[in-house]
Amino acid sequence: MRQLRVGDSVTLDGVVFGVRDANLIRVFDQKVAPPVDWRGAALLHTAPNVRQTGPGKFEALSVGTTTSMRMDRFTEGLLRDHGVRALLGKGGLSARSGELMAQYGACYLSVTGGAAALGTLQLEEIEKVFWEDLMPECIWQFRYKGFGPLTVGIDMHGGNLQLEVQQQAEQKTAEILRRMGVK
Amino acid sequence: MDVADSFYSVVEGACRDLYIQSLKEIPPDIVAAIRAAAARETREVAKRIFSHYLQSIELGRSQNMIVCQDTGIPIYWVDIGGDLRLDGARLTAAITRGTERATREHPLRSSIVSPIDRQNRQTSTGERIPIIHFDFTAGSAELDILFMPKGSGSENMSFLKMLLPADGVNGIKKFVLEQVVGAGAKPCPPTIVGIGIGGSSDLCMTMAKKATIRPLGTTNPDPQMAALETELFEAINQTGIGPQGLGGNTTALAVNIESAWTHITCNPVAVNMQCWRAERRRAKVSAAGKVEFGF
Repeated sequence: MRQLRVGDSVTLDGVVFGVRDANLIRVFDQKVAPPVDWRGAALLHTAPNVRQTGPGKFEALSVGTTTSMRMDRFTEGLLRDHGVRALLGKGGLSARSGELMAQYGACYLSVTGGAAALGTLQLEEIEKVFWEDLMPECIWQFRYKGFGPLTVGIDMHGGNLQLEVQQQAEQKTAEILRRMGVK
Repeated sequence: MDVADSFYSVVEGACRDLYIQSLKEIPPDIVAAIRAAAARETREVAKRIFSHYLQSIELGRSQNMIVCQDTGIPIYWVDIGGDLRLDGARLTAAITRGTERATREHPLRSSIVSPIDRQNRQTSTGERIPIIHFDFTAGSAELDILFMPKGSGSENMSFLKMLLPADGVNGIKKFVLEQVVGAGAKPCPPTIVGIGIGGSSDLCMTMAKKATIRPLGTTNPDPQMAALETELFEAINQTGIGPQGLGGNTTALAVNIESAWTHITCNPVAVNMQCWRAERRRAKVSAAGKVEFGF
């Protein structure tokens, strides 16, 4: 992971945990310990479309990703207290989260937002579901084969691609408005 | 013209189908625009993202898959033909039941919760949801329903400002550009940027959303508004935000303006953004209960 740089394309094999607003609020604000060990894990910001096939058993209909910035404030706790190594989502994370990733040795991988159909085919199995009372914002244990292509959004060396693009866009905006005759 | 007895159950079934189909089949004008935008990209990352978009669109169409996991807020734009005689309350109930049936039967993820306790009935409905906008067309004998499952990634990027008349049209241009750039990657660009100008605060926001359902390639009939649409469209695409905010040549698929007259001391402007898939599906229902689907 140390060799990854922003803009690189990666695919992922193995277990990825689905997390989201409601379950992260429960872990960090309501101080309920997560039901599974996240040390070394990859977490995906998501709440999937599923069909229940039995008690605790679900079939994936559409599993994509959601806007990570809503859960930005949980990044520190996930890295520091739970040893998470990768966060997956769309839209990127803040400058502060980028710094934390360099500090704790983690990456942000951009899942292509709105293109869940392809990702769903790469999902081999929904292995487990925790906290079903929060449906669909449960903690999901997914197993992927060839999940991607994912674009490295934040690397361990201070690169934060979506933030850089936005900052450049903000600078360009001042110039664009000037050319339009707008103060 | 009175509607047939079967009319309301036909509407219920049509709304059920609208919800399910809208999530799987991306409108043809949008697909064409995404293809054209893909061809205009030069950077590797941007080309990769557009390729991913197009693969998912194709999977939705050919494998009957839901393209994006977000089933959104169910919103119906219902145009009632002036020649129809129907019961609005029964119509509303039928639309609501159709929404619930789509959710239970397919099944679809229910993305609708109560605002404070976050309770989910798993029906995609709740207090004041589905959202139904009614309008009327003189001389028509059909019910025209346009459905949009409004995704929250883009919906959360909604902005309203009560500008001063002294801020003028330049205030509008500045606000729109700054909000779209501030939204950045979050609404899944390239987006359709809907702009409302005038009205009251709530009408302004509704017009911004209505602007996003307009088919691509159409302009506001008022030449002044059309010129403003073009100017803002070009400006936004110069920012370089690109697909998924990872950098690129296309940040907006369209900029559409809807306007209304307003109070002498008001200058309201609203922005509503619609993500790259711009999901919408249409059903026209005749008084006799025949349905014709489209976009």
